[in-house]
Amino acid sequence: MSPAASPGSRLGDVRSGSAWATFRRGLALSPEITQGLTATLLLALVATAGRVVVPITVQQTIDGGLNATGGADLGYIRWMVGLAAAGVVVTVVAAYLMNRRIFRASEAGLATLRTKAFRHVHDLSVLTQDTERRGSLVSRVTSDVDTISQFVQWGGLIMLVSIGQLIIATVVMAVYSWQLTLLVWVCFLPLFLALRTFQRMLSAAYMVVRERVGGMLGAISESVVGAQAVRAYAVEGRTQQRIDDAVEAHRVSASRAQRLAATAFSTGEVVAGLANAAIVVVGVLLGVAGDITLGRMLAFLFLVTLFVAPVQVGTEVLSEAQNAIAGWRRVLGILDTPADVADPGENGVRLPRGPIDVRFECVSYAYPNGPTVLHEVDVAIARHTRVAVVGETGSGKTTFAKLLTRLMDPVRGRVLVDGADLRDVRFASLRERVVMVPQEGFLFDDTLAANLRYGKPEATDEELLLAVTELGLGEWLDSLPYGLETPVGQRGESLSAGERQLVALARAYLADPDLLVLDEATSAVDPATEVRLARALEGISRGRTSVTIAHRLSTAEAADEVFVFDRGRLVESGPHAELVEKGGVYAALHAAWISQSR
Amino acid sequence: MRDERQATLREGLRILVRAMRDEPVILGIAVAGSAVYGFATVAAAEVIGRVTDRVVVPAFRDGETTTGALALAALAIMVTSLVKAAGIVVRRYFAGLGQYRLNARYRRAVSRQYLRLPLSWHHQHSTGKLLSNANADVEASFWPIAPLPFALGVVVMLVFALVSMFLADPWLALVGALLFPAILLLNFVYQRRLSPLATRAQALRAELSGVAHESFDGATVVKALGREAAETLRFGKVAGQLRDANAAVGRVRGAFDPMLDALPNLGVLAVLIIGSVRVADGSLPAGTLVQVAYLLTITAFPIRAIGFVLGELPRATVGWRRVQAVLDATGALPHGTARLTASGDGAAHLGLDDVGYSYVEGTPVLDGVHLDVEPGRTVAVVGSTGSGKSTLASLLVRLVDPVSGAVLLDGTDLRQLEPGQVAGAVSLVFQQPFIFEDSVRDNVTLGLPAPDDDVWAALRLAQGDRFVHELDGELDARIGERGATLSGGQRQRLALARALVRKPRLLVLDDATSAVDPEVERRILAGLRDAALPSTVVVVAYRRATIALADEVVYVEDGRVSARGTHTELLTTSPGYRDLITAYERDAAERAMARTDQENRS
Ligand SMILES: Nc1ncnc2c1ncn2[C@@H]1O[C@H](COP(=O)(O)OP(=O)(O)OP(=O)(O)O)[C@@H](O)[C@H]1O
Ligand SMILES: Nc1ncnc2c1ncn2[C@@H]1O[C@H](COP(=O)(O)OP(=O)(O)OP(=O)(O)O)[C@@H](O)[C@H]1O
Ligand SMILES: [Mg+2]
Ligand SMILES: [Mg+2]
Repeated sequence: MSPAASPGSRLGDVRSGSAWATFRRGLALSPEITQGLTATLLLALVATAGRVVVPITVQQTIDGGLNATGGADLGYIRWMVGLAAAGVVVTVVAAYLMNRRIFRASEAGLATLRTKAFRHVHDLSVLTQDTERRGSLVSRVTSDVDTISQFVQWGGLIMLVSIGQLIIATVVMAVYSWQLTLLVWVCFLPLFLALRTFQRMLSAAYMVVRERVGGMLGAISESVVGAQAVRAYAVEGRTQQRIDDAVEAHRVSASRAQRLAATAFSTGEVVAGLANAAIVVVGVLLGVAGDITLGRMLAFLFLVTLFVAPVQVGTEVLSEAQNAIAGWRRVLGILDTPADVADPGENGVRLPRGPIDVRFECVSYAYPNGPTVLHEVDVAIARHTRVAVVGETGSGKTTFAKLLTRLMDPVRGRVLVDGADLRDVRFASLRERVVMVPQEGFLFDDTLAANLRYGKPEATDEELLLAVTELGLGEWLDSLPYGLETPVGQRGESLSAGERQLVALARAYLADPDLLVLDEATSAVDPATEVRLARALEGISRGRTSVTIAHRLSTAEAADEVFVFDRGRLVESGPHAELVEKGGVYAALHAAWISQSR
Repeated sequence: MRDERQATLREGLRILVRAMRDEPVILGIAVAGSAVYGFATVAAAEVIGRVTDRVVVPAFRDGETTTGALALAALAIMVTSLVKAAGIVVRRYFAGLGQYRLNARYRRAVSRQYLRLPLSWHHQHSTGKLLSNANADVEASFWPIAPLPFALGVVVMLVFALVSMFLADPWLALVGALLFPAILLLNFVYQRRLSPLATRAQALRAELSGVAHESFDGATVVKALGREAAETLRFGKVAGQLRDANAAVGRVRGAFDPMLDALPNLGVLAVLIIGSVRVADGSLPAGTLVQVAYLLTITAFPIRAIGFVLGELPRATVGWRRVQAVLDATGALPHGTARLTASGDGAAHLGLDDVGYSYVEGTPVLDGVHLDVEPGRTVAVVGSTGSGKSTLASLLVRLVDPVSGAVLLDGTDLRQLEPGQVAGAVSLVFQQPFIFEDSVRDNVTLGLPAPDDDVWAALRLAQGDRFVHELDGELDARIGERGATLSGGQRQRLALARALVRKPRLLVLDDATSAVDPEVERRILAGLRDAALPSTVVVVAYRRATIALADEVVYVEDGRVSARGTHTELLTTSPGYRDLITAYERDAAERAMARTDQENRS
């Protein structure tokens, strides 16, 4: 079950499209499911037909054997039962083969679907990713797909077999006695019709349960993800209260759904009793009139049992079908969400490696449903230039960096690298040449070496060490108890905040891009290390272009050029000294910095 | 790993016993309902047998019947089926009730542990794992509770069925006596074959979810380094393993399910063969033959309930082991009973006495740290990256306890204080703020009953009032998971306001303004100074202006306090401190020199 959608989610709508359309599109995306379907259906036919073997044998034993004209014919009975046993064995084999095929096909198809959806999540823009709870994204490639597989392998299978069973049982009944057949259907028909209503009530109840699961997970995750904050502020009581409330709400809703399910389940039994009673009464009357044999009448009692299971599980199967469709929709919702920042793919431009230049042409940006946060930025960055970007918090620096690295596309205007519109550059080429290091260096739960290698998987240990040394971090590495093999912990939490940034920076450095964009990438690093890093980067980055966002203006002092942002506008640009002389926004900012740092 | 050990039957049964003991009344009712159902099922076959013998066969033979006989037959059939249905409703409803109560009970217990256990414990367990402990694992543990009353009722049913068959005809009873154990045996073999496969599939499902979680968590890094294809490969590999594991489960299920369906059918066929001989020689009425055949037909499905319970046991056992590991975890920070009596609202006195701490045994992060901060004083903690400042800060709010030595607040060891005392007096602003998925107001107050005016005042002091005013809904604006829609500086200011609104007696700022531009930082610092907070302040910082606020500077080097004094003193006495703090100036100076050099040369 998946947590409720996040507020402001931008993923494909969960409720859109008919169930049938979802089903068809889902199957189209998992072609493995429908491969060899004909053979599977034939096997299903055989397996289903096997269900009437016993009632028919009962009838034959009584009418053709025990009540045979001229006394009981035991030989005939032996022969019939032998045939029936063979039929049962054939049924087992057919059912086995059918199950195998269904399991294999559905698992293969769903694995493909999962992987496609997973890939697509990464193809979505950061913006779309950020509007969604991580947990909700995860459930779309895990538990939502599981609901589909569960349905295909349990409910769907039952549905298939049930329908076949009803048809075959009806056919056999009709051969025996149309009057009794009619009677059985009169008893069961209202129930079949009521199934939809039951199911609608039940799925409304389950919908509530699902929402409560989302709430419960959210509440519990606070106690885990926010463990530090919860302890530091001693809000255990409040957190526990929220969890308890959410858990209780979930329990109440689940119990309510259970009451409905239990009632719906039992009605099949009541109707079966009604049908049996009616068969006995009408059957005996028919028998008295000579319209039916004893064996046939008794066979009806057995045939009716074939009606009970489908109605008993019918509501659950329908609910499961609905869950599966909903799950399928959520997975398709991912695939249907356009990758708004799309890879031009084969048709795209490949940029040859080498120093890079950038031009922003009248670029504006607004976050979805938000005000414009970047206004008509017009600026050029020449090759080999080291640019520092400064400005107040919230002035749009990060937004600028994201546009520069094409994590987002401008709402108006364009960004050109080496003369090519970023939107036309193939991702493979772009990500090789342009790399950004964000402020919060996310590390994977692995060793230091594995994290460093993330940007360059083929790097040897020597190369890693060389890179670390080049960045002036050799001494730091030596101080770690296990060196390169130090485990960094979840999200890198076994390192200090500054150390995490160092690793993230070294990782990007190893990837060896031509344009390196640092968004406050050293904000938590101590001044001495930061200066050392900056120098090292300068030394090695002579050949590259770099853009550095920093609140510590030491970076700006050392840069070739400074861009100053103020409330979404690029208000000043030029070398540090020039801007200081000009006495504008930058001069004020710099003065504040000087007064605080010296 | 303990988790992956083969689940044993005994371990599984113990969960069932525990569940019965936790919810005796509710599960007892469910079992009673199920027993009624089992009894009624056998009774239904008896009724069919008698009706056949007394009403149906005579009617067909004689060509006549009576309304009375028919009415009685119909009534008997209806009554048994109504009793059966009532049994089903009671069984299913109460079983579900019991299952959900157990889920709720253990979810509460697990989350209590999460809130009680120390941070060091949290560090050792991944978020995804803990979330699934509280959700999926608890659910798996008590999944067999739903079919359990059914299975127990089936045992009752089998006893009645055998008795009924023996009373009917010992020869036919023989079929039942062989068939029922055969079904149970097949079920048992089935579960034995299935359980390792199911356990593996379950483990892979958890692994898959872990991979997806981490990968999506680091989505920006994945994108920035263009590693989408490699991540997809990583995910695809586990997805492929899961596919194969599920298919293996499917092969076993696919083989055994039809066999379990077929067995009762073969039983009915055996009854027909044996029974017809006995009917033919007149030692058995036809109705009894029908009765036994019918009994086998209608008990075929319920018998599988035992299989449902057995089948879920391995998964339940694995789930329960994980849940129990959480419940059994010890090491919560013990609390004392002391209260901070001193000076009520005034600033606190902070002392560190020979404090040592290490994350990994043998590599101390802090070692022999002494500190004494008089009430109302401000101390700056300065040190290079990874020198142990955040660790020190977390000791002050007692997120962790020192390995050696003691942290003293107003002269009392933090460990001796009763719960809530430390947090009531000390507020820490983390280096990396944690934002709750909640409104701005709740993120600031965290449940503290503070009037909106106080919240605004705190925001103003943290220089966060302006951006909050611009949010849609202001204090009521909801912030997404981990504050993703706020800029870095905005998140930090929100976290700062959270500490300030509490008017702490000791305020600890761990590099809390690193993402804030110099101008805003200046305003924050000026505000803090002017507000004359009734606080002792410990501030981790690199910037001069922040340090300038401090009465005293503590320089930490390799986990030890290597120098302390005023800023000016340290500049002369501690070369390490000087190097660190003047790095920017020296850099600027060197650059200026290089530039003049260049200009001179050209
Ligand atoms: N995902 C988002 N959705 C909506 N608005 C956003 C989002 N990210 C940022 N903003 C808004 O856009 C504006 C510019 O944010 P940006 O992150 O570019 O600022 P910044 O200059 O990098 O600030 P800081 O120095 O604090 O990091 C801010 O007002 C911010 O609230
Ligand atoms: N959970 C942990 N497990 C193991 N080691 C840790 C853990 N947290 C921190 N460390 C190690 O302890 C040392 C001190 O870390 P701490 O976070 O206290 O440093 P810091 O002075 O705050 O650094 P920074 O300036 O980067 O924030 C570091 O070397 C770090 O690698
Ligand atoms: Mg930013
Ligand atoms: Mg730190």
